[in-house]
Amino acid sequence: MKFLGEKGVRRVLAGIAFSAISALLLIALFIIKEGLPFIISYGPIKFLLSSDWQPQAGKFGIWPMIVASVWVTLGAMLVGAPLGVACAVFLTEFVPRRVMGVIKPTIELLAGIPSVVYGFMGVMVLAPLIRSQLGGPGLSVLAGAVILGVMILPTIISISIDSIQSVPNSYREGSLALGATHWQTTYMVTVPAAKSGIIAAIILGMGRAIGETMAVIMVAGNAVKIPISALDSVRTLTANIALEMGYATGQHRQALFATGVVLLVIIMILNSLAGMSIRKKAGKR
Amino acid sequence: MRMPPKYTQLAAQLVMGLATLATLAILVFIILFVLEKGLPVVGLKFLLSNPQDMGKAGGIFPVVVGTILLTLVAIAIATPLGVGTAIYLTEYTRESRITRVIRFGADCLAGIPSIIFGLFGFIFFVTILQMGWSILSGGLTLAFMILPTIIRTSEEAIKSVPDSFREVSFSLGATRWETVQKVVLPSALPGIVTGVMLGVGRSIGETAAVIFTAGSSLRMPTSLMDSARTMSVHFYILAREGISTENAYGTAAILVITILLINLTAYGLMNRFVAKNN
Repeated sequence: MKFLGEKGVRRVLAGIAFSAISALLLIALFIIKEGLPFIISYGPIKFLLSSDWQPQAGKFGIWPMIVASVWVTLGAMLVGAPLGVACAVFLTEFVPRRVMGVIKPTIELLAGIPSVVYGFMGVMVLAPLIRSQLGGPGLSVLAGAVILGVMILPTIISISIDSIQSVPNSYREGSLALGATHWQTTYMVTVPAAKSGIIAAIILGMGRAIGETMAVIMVAGNAVKIPISALDSVRTLTANIALEMGYATGQHRQALFATGVVLLVIIMILNSLAGMSIRKKAGKR
Repeated sequence: MRMPPKYTQLAAQLVMGLATLATLAILVFIILFVLEKGLPVVGLKFLLSNPQDMGKAGGIFPVVVGTILLTLVAIAIATPLGVGTAIYLTEYTRESRITRVIRFGADCLAGIPSIIFGLFGFIFFVTILQMGWSILSGGLTLAFMILPTIIRTSEEAIKSVPDSFREVSFSLGATRWETVQKVVLPSALPGIVTGVMLGVGRSIGETAAVIFTAGSSLRMPTSLMDSARTMSVHFYILAREGISTENAYGTAAILVITILLINLTAYGLMNRFVAKNN
């Protein structure tokens, strides 16, 4: 890049630096451009709160999908959050550094397992288990929640560990010096001090769970109806897009992009909440 | 009744220890299960022969080629953008509103679900830019998706190059760009490679963003404008449409092994790099 000169290089790099934010804006722009006009012309309330999804008949209500996404995600949090946080606390506070130095990368490594593989495990192992033990079709809210709960474990564990590790040692020493046991120190001093980071970890995990597509399509059953029990088959927002995108045209396709807009808004809200939680922590210290 | 603190501690340790064990057990189980069912199918013949009857029989050669091409396109586009951004953030600016906007953009991009990338790639690359379902459309979409990973990791790597390196270079009369090119980048290379490899891992494992941009043609791709099927997509179609459980397991085994090897190498490089710089 010699021909550019120092100033030229700086300008090129400055341009490149805006690639990520431009990509983000481009994505938001095109999803909104394709989806928002439909939401407005169809009526936002009818689109969001009607339970009638019959694309052939021109009826596009995504309420069952919203409910399904919420249930599956909450279920995933119920599985993933306690397990992940317990794991993170145990690894940072009760296990020698060297052991953790092995286990943490292992868990992060497993974050690389593709979501389709998790989904397949759900179909082959979990769904038959649910069907034979608890009844119902097997492919259900419960199966989706468990699989997603496991999938978000690496995210929750890894970020929680980082935030617990960043609690200054003097906090722990002060508490131990007052005669508290190791566990009392952990749950009364260390974990509260790392709270905002742990919350951010959980919110980011939630974002991953609500945005996950392939695993959910494979295990949740995909029936368009509001679930009455955890054993019912459901279709989430993401599954709705992925299942019908292949053949949708015209208004139907616009409705799927509109579903994407809803998803994008939810994710943006969750990400800003996580960001706020992390910034709060940074401001405190 | 209150338990003595010593016992509460024991109970808490036990519960958390079990949670940790359970987590590890689940994750190890998944890998072993896939390998146990899949490895008997896998062999050179499976990797290098063409699929027959929609993948019911035969191998996955075109799928392997498609995966490699798609990943190469993604990396070729995302690496210069990601590393360039990282250089700009670390070497050419101080913390300011602009760097915060850039970082915010990268963070948000990292949180966007893959299906949204798929929708975007479909409307933008496939439809508006008329690239059709092709390796190019899929690669560009994936490049957007892995960009944040590469930015983050490269930034960490460049930051960890000691300032004294730069000072020596400047004192010899080198300009900033010469210093970046000849001193900073070579020292940060292992860290940057880690980021790129993590991006490769993500590209290979991705399904939702690829299926709507690269399509799912099983034919051997002859150009970047051809539709192609990646291993993840192939596995998804085999499993979901019940075409062949056996071949699905085989593909899954290859997928998991490839990704684990790539990630393992990436972390190994990173560890050596961190150890060297400290």
